[in-house]
Amino acid sequence: MFGWEFPPHISGGLGTACYGLVKGLAHHKQDIIFVVPKLWGDEEPLADFVNASDVTIDYRERRFKKFWKNLTYLEVSSFLVPYLGPEQFKKYTDASMHDRTDIAESIFSNKFEFSGKYGKDLMMEVSRYALVAAQIAKDKEFDIIHAHDWLSFPAGIAAKEISGKPLIAHVHATEFDRSGETVNQVVYDIERAGMHAADHVLAVSQLTKNIIVKKYGVPASKVTVVHNAVLDASIIKSNYEKKVPEKIVTFLGRITFQKGPEYFVEAAKKVIERDPNVRFVMAGNGDLLNRMIDRVAELRMGTKFHFTGFLKGDDVDHMYAISDVYVMPSVSEPFGISPLEAVRHNTPVIISKQSGVAEVLNNAIKVDFWDIDSMADAIFGLLHYDGISRMFKELGTKELKKLKWEHVAAKLVKVYQNTLSQKP
Amino acid sequence: MRTICFYFQVHQPVRLKPYRFFDIGEDHQYWDDFSNRSIMRKVAQKCYLPMNALLLELIKKYNGAFKVSFSISGTFLEQMEAYAPDVLESFQKLVATGHVELLNETYAHSLAALKSKEEFHKLVKKHQAKIKELFNGYTPKVFRNTELIYSDQIGAMVAELGYEGILTEGAKHILGWKSPNYVYCNSIEPKLKVLLKNFRLSDDIAFRFGNRTWEDYPLTTDKFVKWINTIPEEEEVINLFMDYETFGEHQWAETGIFEFMKHLPEAVFNYSNYSFSTPSEVIAEIPPIGKIHVPIPISWADEERDLTAWLGNDLQDEAFDRLYELEKLVNTIDDEEIQRDWNFLQTSDHFYYMCTKFFSDGDIHAYFSPYDSPYDAFINYMNVLSDFMIRIKEKASLQEASK
Repeated sequence: MFGWEFPPHISGGLGTACYGLVKGLAHHKQDIIFVVPKLWGDEEPLADFVNASDVTIDYRERRFKKFWKNLTYLEVSSFLVPYLGPEQFKKYTDASMHDRTDIAESIFSNKFEFSGKYGKDLMMEVSRYALVAAQIAKDKEFDIIHAHDWLSFPAGIAAKEISGKPLIAHVHATEFDRSGETVNQVVYDIERAGMHAADHVLAVSQLTKNIIVKKYGVPASKVTVVHNAVLDASIIKSNYEKKVPEKIVTFLGRITFQKGPEYFVEAAKKVIERDPNVRFVMAGNGDLLNRMIDRVAELRMGTKFHFTGFLKGDDVDHMYAISDVYVMPSVSEPFGISPLEAVRHNTPVIISKQSGVAEVLNNAIKVDFWDIDSMADAIFGLLHYDGISRMFKELGTKELKKLKWEHVAAKLVKVYQNTLSQKP
Repeated sequence: MRTICFYFQVHQPVRLKPYRFFDIGEDHQYWDDFSNRSIMRKVAQKCYLPMNALLLELIKKYNGAFKVSFSISGTFLEQMEAYAPDVLESFQKLVATGHVELLNETYAHSLAALKSKEEFHKLVKKHQAKIKELFNGYTPKVFRNTELIYSDQIGAMVAELGYEGILTEGAKHILGWKSPNYVYCNSIEPKLKVLLKNFRLSDDIAFRFGNRTWEDYPLTTDKFVKWINTIPEEEEVINLFMDYETFGEHQWAETGIFEFMKHLPEAVFNYSNYSFSTPSEVIAEIPPIGKIHVPIPISWADEERDLTAWLGNDLQDEAFDRLYELEKLVNTIDDEEIQRDWNFLQTSDHFYYMCTKFFSDGDIHAYFSPYDSPYDAFINYMNVLSDFMIRIKEKASLQEASK
């Protein structure tokens, strides 16, 4: 398996999903070699971890030269940060500048030190990661290659070419989810190449599968949907108490185009017009934050609509705990784990139909992200009609218990077996 | 008679502490005592104490021929009592000389004049009472509104309260070809005299004094006297209005600002026919030359000399409107802490921090703001206001129940 991050050192949902998968596969007695650009040493020993930074590449291997030629163009072609906005971009680039150190080179061999982050040298890291993958594929014994998202697709392709073993490309998010219609061509090309080079493609939702088929030209028969699951389905009891008499409706996530914060603001206005005894909270940070603040002021609901900035640690749990309704109005969400967190806090959720999680969570209200009238209706309903929110609380938690990584892994093992049996 | 009229604005807002959403409904202590105290102490050392000492020295040296006036906001007076009794004492000494005039303003350094006549009157009275208490029964006769905000209507409102005069900006767009160096009167209530700031000469001292790229740098007392001597003989009064923090805080001691002020009276007395006067002396001695029409409010801020530093963008308007919606309810509540918070929340600085005019005057705004951005200022203020609303509603229903 080629990944990009692994808990506890993660910056997004990809690492968490990899962790769940590896755990689930371990349950089904699968032996896994898990490669990440950089290991920190405190990962849970669920797999045979390979630190790409420790791998020595033998340049005398003729076949590597071909990759090297194909890959070098990537390094210079763009500056980009796939999951992060411009603000975080700067933070990460600053950090990765300090993280990189050059490692001693000999004439015939070389090691690369990876930061394993999403910084300025991302493209260089992606391409060198592929070279390392080729070396690993040459040295290690394995049956099948499983690569997570575009960052490790070049690695997967390289490993396949060296070893001749089948490749599974696992899509957790596409460039269309991240950037809307203004896609980064380089990233799109890598994604497409990975999906087409793969023997089979995995999508985290039907929604993502549709994008893969429609926008990347992959035949539907080659794509299997494997939804994400939750590591812990237990209900979180919190002693944290709400200090205001009003009910609270919450948005929690990055305040970016993908997450649809503006629809939440507009829906809030409609609800407040009908029921002034509600407070709305937008928790998080992102490039659209200031625009949202402006809009809230313009709509004259500044004393009813609050911003908390980025929340971490206990504050996140507190926020879920005091929320009466949780809304995720994402414009495009391959999966979206946060509504499941809300369910764990016994908070009823409203999710957009444009989110993958809508396919597994039945006890939630689903609306189109752009339909602010329905969203407002749903918020109002959940706040005022106790029956429905009580039902959601009860059934939602039951539903959550069914979302186990073991089940996901079982499905995955079948995909592995089919792929291996198809292979001539 | 030709005269120079100095007026210094002395003000510090009571700043809000970082107040989070999670604090709403629980934490009713909004004010950043630590930073309010440390700022007061810092500016006291750099400006208030040394400048008061210098002014006292000059007044004594010239036997009262040199004189100045101050407007000291209520939020300043209160913080001075709490954190800087030494500064209070030095102001009291100055006033006791009889050559220092104190002006009246709104207690909270508020924008109430633009919103509510009742609240405006209330805050003026409160300021009057505070001055009386701290300065041995002193009663001001001349008014100056927050940030020199003035219009015909505001002037009429001030006249109604019995003041003889008011200070404002000599804004280019209301003066046109006219000169600020005359006494004018209000166009609705002519008995109210209007003194206009000579913004060129005032800003030469307040803003440009230490600017090395300014073509007239360095500004010496000789140069300054030369300039005022070129003003036509018939123009009788030069109003030099500025923030008191100009001395030692906006212009550091290293720029020579204290030296300049120390030698200015000497240069004026020796090389010109100007005297020094306080606003009420100017009003008593110089007859008005005509009415000044100001239909739309002006102020002394920024290039535009209008209200856009405090009001006009969505953030500011939302905060301002939500605040004054509470006026009626607050007036029914008999509670010292509620009344204090209500006052402090009105201070114009809170709205100034929400200004988004980054390009022309953003530097000055950023200099004075404790927040990273106008958006942060808005969020913090609205969180506090939300809690304040909960409190006054609770108090009001308690009072109702006990009746």
